[in-house]
Amino acid sequence: MSVDAVVMMLPPPRAGRRDVVRAALGHGRTRVGVVLAGLVLAIALLGPFFAPHDPGAIVARPYAPAGPGMPLGADYLGEDVLSRVLWGGSRVVWTSLVATLLAVLLGGTLGLVAGYARNRLDTLLLWAMDVVMAFPLLVLVLLFVSLLGRSPWLTVLLVGLGWTPVVGRLARAVTLETVGNEFIESAEMMGFSRRRILFRELLPNVVTPLLVQAGALLTWSIGIMAGLSFLGLGVQPPNADWGLMTNENFAGLTIQPWAVAAPIACIAVFTVGINLIAEGFARAISGVRERD
Amino acid sequence: MAVIEVIDLRVELTNGLDVVDEVSFSVDAGEVLGLVGESGSGKTTIGTSLLGYVRGGARIAGGRVVVDGVDVLAASHAELTRLRGKAIAYVPQDPAAGLNPARRIGRQLAEVVKVHQPSLGDDAVRARIAQVLGEVKLPQGRELLERYPHQLSGGQQQRVMLALAFVNRPKAIVLDEPTTGLDVTTQAHVLDTVRELCATHRVAAVYVSHDLALVKGLADHVVVAYAGRVVERARCAELFRHPAHPYSRALLDAIPDVNQRRELIVIQGHAPAPGQRPSGCAFADRCRYALPECREAQPDLRRIGEEHAARCFRAEEVGAMPAPLRLQALERPAAAVDAPVLAVRGLNASYGGTRILHDVAFTLERGRCLALVGESGSGKTTLSRCLIGLHAQWDGEASYKGQALARSARSRPASVRHELQYVFQNPYKALNPRHAVGASVAAPLAHFFGVRGREATVRVGEALERVSLPAALAGRLPRELSGGERQRVAIARALVCEPEVLICDEITSALDVSVQAAILELLEELEQERGLTLLFVTHNLAVVRAIATDVAVLRAGRIVEAGPTGRVLDDPEHGYTRELIADSPTLLEAGGSGASAGVSSSNNPGRGQESPW
Repeated sequence: MSVDAVVMMLPPPRAGRRDVVRAALGHGRTRVGVVLAGLVLAIALLGPFFAPHDPGAIVARPYAPAGPGMPLGADYLGEDVLSRVLWGGSRVVWTSLVATLLAVLLGGTLGLVAGYARNRLDTLLLWAMDVVMAFPLLVLVLLFVSLLGRSPWLTVLLVGLGWTPVVGRLARAVTLETVGNEFIESAEMMGFSRRRILFRELLPNVVTPLLVQAGALLTWSIGIMAGLSFLGLGVQPPNADWGLMTNENFAGLTIQPWAVAAPIACIAVFTVGINLIAEGFARAISGVRERD
Repeated sequence: MAVIEVIDLRVELTNGLDVVDEVSFSVDAGEVLGLVGESGSGKTTIGTSLLGYVRGGARIAGGRVVVDGVDVLAASHAELTRLRGKAIAYVPQDPAAGLNPARRIGRQLAEVVKVHQPSLGDDAVRARIAQVLGEVKLPQGRELLERYPHQLSGGQQQRVMLALAFVNRPKAIVLDEPTTGLDVTTQAHVLDTVRELCATHRVAAVYVSHDLALVKGLADHVVVAYAGRVVERARCAELFRHPAHPYSRALLDAIPDVNQRRELIVIQGHAPAPGQRPSGCAFADRCRYALPECREAQPDLRRIGEEHAARCFRAEEVGAMPAPLRLQALERPAAAVDAPVLAVRGLNASYGGTRILHDVAFTLERGRCLALVGESGSGKTTLSRCLIGLHAQWDGEASYKGQALARSARSRPASVRHELQYVFQNPYKALNPRHAVGASVAAPLAHFFGVRGREATVRVGEALERVSLPAALAGRLPRELSGGERQRVAIARALVCEPEVLICDEITSALDVSVQAAILELLEELEQERGLTLLFVTHNLAVVRAIATDVAVLRAGRIVEAGPTGRVLDDPEHGYTRELIADSPTLLEAGGSGASAGVSSSNNPGRGQESPW
């Protein structure tokens, strides 16, 4: 899914979408990234099938150390840490992925249009984006979540919209730089449609920085999604969630570090993996070949 | 006495491939050495090596560079810092990149003085700056010193660069194509200044350039570089009279001249890149005089006369051949005069509130080539952009085949959009870097004619072959192509539109002279074969002589003179035209023009007379 998300943002299959994927996979870092992100994705998606216990089942005394049947010990209530890690990944992973995708698609389109239009529409879009950017994202999300409820879709929408100006600003800047090039004028002169100029001529030149930005945004989104659960506004106990787990077990960090370290490790490995993939694709698109 | 001495300089890439090797020359005080070569010849690398610097990814691997008695390559970092800007100065190609945009001119000048003479008082620094500004012919008042670089014209910026270089009275100076971005008139003035300063202060100068005609008027000695080697070294007059290396000869054959129309001979093939240089002579594959042994062993740089050396087995023979200049009948057979294809009357154009063009009028008949000539800011590019529909702020009459042209390309009918085509100045920006070149050429085919799929592939291949590119190139991305190849692709993209009129905006100014010759040849063929009509925008009068049937000279937005090329260039009526011609560097001496002056070519000795030089 992560690779698909990235591939969707690639230029139209002109020079060959498959070639870009192959070139990206030619970079060692991309392969490492795919393995890391894939591993965490597998835990998040398939984990529940392999969990030895129910995530809400009390199986030992609180903060019990690792033992037979529970290799990572127990958490503050005596629930099995391994089972909760296996159960607790799906939500943070999908919400952050979808939120990032939303931001990249929406922000990328707005930025392209704004940068190409260079008129009142551009000014208007810039103002709108600046207004959104003026609010710290976490505060914005907290505000709406406390007003409207804890639906995961609401969080996805809020985080996606919150990141939109970040992508939009970048896309607009790169578009402005590209639009002055003579190949755009050439297309104007031939009378190509504006949509064609936007998506066939400009977009491929804007995609690389957007991809890199998408990698960073995904990382930040995971942070926010986990943070919301940590703050008690995301997943509610007894359901399991990696962000929630770090919150619940924070007090017992010195007695039973696994209950905090395992979910954090999953989040960290996932973000590192995604960033490696994004970088690999960025290199493949800009034509850097692996040198050996 | 030699101020600059270079012995066996070698510069390598980090992977061990040589960029430059076996380069030796020396420059005496007060002398100018012209270092000539095309892109990839290593001339800029040699230039910066004199200051002990090479760009990232390369390193100076061997040889000696002695400047004013100091061994530059053995110098420590501290010694180099003392040396640079004091004993040896550097003037880069682009003055806008050489000046700090955020600091005033005065502070930048003062900084260079103070770094090398920290004990100097403020008054002494100011006096020194005023003096050097006078020397480079800039106004000496406070006003200029208070300005930022962007508030100066290109010519003034380059003079400031010269002031920065000369302010510490260096013993040696390296100038890297300092006039490339300037108009001919400004260029002529800057060159005068350089010549004068070097002579007065006994400065040894290395002038890096691709322009042989310019070097001819400036240098005492010339070094010709090819594929990282010195292929010929001679006194200036000797090189132009008896070029002994086939490459020098071929270069001379490839450049047009302002004073006479001559047949340009294209150098076939490419200069080999580092790592692809053959074991024998690097020029052998493109050489008309190559022998079998040229491909086996690399010739040494041999002395063949007083202060004359060439890297060729047949140097004596080649040097003894008649001067390479070929002339041909001045006027081409003029195409029958048709009704005008393009007619412009009373055209005024502005940018924002500034009037750029005033009451411009001309007509262009089918099959002819009209050159729009003028300096930067004269409005020649604005005029061509108005005609193609990229600049909409104009009024007046412009018609194509009797039909009035709408202001913006989008409001013109498709037939006009494909019959009027435009080729841009900068081949590096004219193609979408993310599209394979074949896709760029195919796009207008689908757009105008609905041609797609297999037929489009065939047509793209034909168009590429028409501009002398292999059809297989269609799958490459622009960055895999050289500048000349990209410009050909841009022309191919225009050709698939089946144009009647091709507007060319300075299309050869970013290209090497040998590539320029090939492009000019191609355009002339298209003109004759297809009856293509050309509007050729340029500041280079030599190119005008080579390609245009008619000229219109623009100055400050007005056409000051127009007429057939031969008449305007040989017998200019307007003072400004005369000035432009006088300032254009030339290989021939001015004045002796005449339609019948057929000078011998090496292939046609029977027709020959002695060279006019």
